[in-house]
Amino acid sequence: MYSEKVMDHFMNPRNQGEITDADGVGEVGNPTCGDIMRIFITVKENVITDVKFQTFGCGAAVASSSMATELIKGKSLEDAWEISNKAVAEALEGLPPIKMHCSVLAEEGIHAAINDYRKKQGLPPWEEKAGHHHGHDDLKSEE
Amino acid sequence: MDHSATTATDPEVVTAMLPWYSQQYGNPSSLYRLAQESKSAIDEARGKVATAIGAKAEEIFFTSGGTESDNWALIGVGYANRKKGNHIITSAIEHHAILHTCQYLEKQGYSVTYLPVDETGKVSIENLRAAITDTTILVSVMFANNEIGTIQPIREMGKICREHGILFHTDAVQAIGNVPIDVVDMNIDLLSLSAHKFYGPKGTGALYIRKGTRIDSYIHGGAQERRKRAGTENVPSIVGLGIAIEKAAASLDTNTRRIQLLRGHLLDKIEHNIPHCKLNGHRTDRLPGNINISFEFIEGESLLLLLDHAGIAASTGSACSSGSLEPSHVLMAIGVPIEIAHGSLRLTLGTENTDEDIIYVCEELIKAVERLRTMSPLYADYLKKRS
Repeated sequence: MYSEKVMDHFMNPRNQGEITDADGVGEVGNPTCGDIMRIFITVKENVITDVKFQTFGCGAAVASSSMATELIKGKSLEDAWEISNKAVAEALEGLPPIKMHCSVLAEEGIHAAINDYRKKQGLPPWEEKAGHHHGHDDLKSEE
Repeated sequence: MDHSATTATDPEVVTAMLPWYSQQYGNPSSLYRLAQESKSAIDEARGKVATAIGAKAEEIFFTSGGTESDNWALIGVGYANRKKGNHIITSAIEHHAILHTCQYLEKQGYSVTYLPVDETGKVSIENLRAAITDTTILVSVMFANNEIGTIQPIREMGKICREHGILFHTDAVQAIGNVPIDVVDMNIDLLSLSAHKFYGPKGTGALYIRKGTRIDSYIHGGAQERRKRAGTENVPSIVGLGIAIEKAAASLDTNTRRIQLLRGHLLDKIEHNIPHCKLNGHRTDRLPGNINISFEFIEGESLLLLLDHAGIAASTGSACSSGSLEPSHVLMAIGVPIEIAHGSLRLTLGTENTDEDIIYVCEELIKAVERLRTMSPLYADYLKKRS
């Protein structure tokens, strides 16, 4: 059901854990849906120098979190913001259609962490792009 | 550890089946000797199934499995008794072979009552009694639940149905080979069973229909199964079903006692070694090999993946594994909070399981739950709140 890459990231998650003095923390999802993702970032001179995640969810949710942290580590906030759910899914060599929402959650998690950082810096939050998927239901019809 | 999903076909059963594919390939409906041997083999298997459940041979009809038997029982009885009424009573925790068939019948103008269950998964006799109306034609309640293993008070339900002149069907797919069943003593009019749940082959099953029961055919065509179920008989599988059910009935006491003991050890170990877990279902009135347990702060599909990596096959009621993103309707019906349902694990033991298996499964389960909790934000929050 899952690609080798997904299984690799699930069995050996990268950057799993917590940054206690994180500059930004984003939490998305809820326990009723069965997945919660929490992303911690450390930002130095506009670059994400460290990132960690905690995830409650299925194999795809854990793998998406792990891959998302790999993709944004060392990137500028602007570049990290541009990483789409599709990029996360592609980097994982694909996700089953019904699990695509896990990659959406990862994208949202990154955005939430970046905006939390911006808020703490007294900056206005960046806005989500129009047509952006927010939940399971939006995606179901598309996939 | 997933014997409720299916079992490995007993080698003795396979051996008994093989000749019926090659040398003994006759069509039971033909008249020459080769064909008549196939017919005798089917009749012998029919007798074995009947003996195992206390029925008469002529009351057993072979089908393609549990799902067909369930469909036939509901639709066949529904259509044949349409003039008498259009009301069917079932329970909220039935297998989808029953629930989806009921939904189909609702579209055909039937009305269906889905009886609620208590927190252990039991249907109440009072609720059943109260749900019966003048138009009720059929009650269908599963013998034992496939997810949580809860065993229903079948005899009492059958008695009430008999008193009211209502037909009583039970989906006994999970119960056969695990619980003693006597259709006469238990007032059962129709009973579904499936061979692959008790070490028989897949794709074969039977429907017991008490003599005199008004029921339409479901599969139309030739005159097989005394004109009730058309289609050339799956002779090898029917032979396999016969051997499997005979063996299951013969070893019922010793087997269930052994499996129940193993299950008890495993459950004790889990409950002693893993904090924040809760058994779903009834503690005693459950299938001997069934454990359904929820682990807080983690999600079931990821738990299955870790166990699978360790060579352990299990099952979960988590939405994330269902293909529909809906959590188990059974866990919802017994009132398990949705986030706890996500963390549910079903282990179902069978004859091959050993004491070593129990020790190994417990060790791996402890590791897997711990690992997922370490990465869970819910567990992190819990630890922070506690300190």
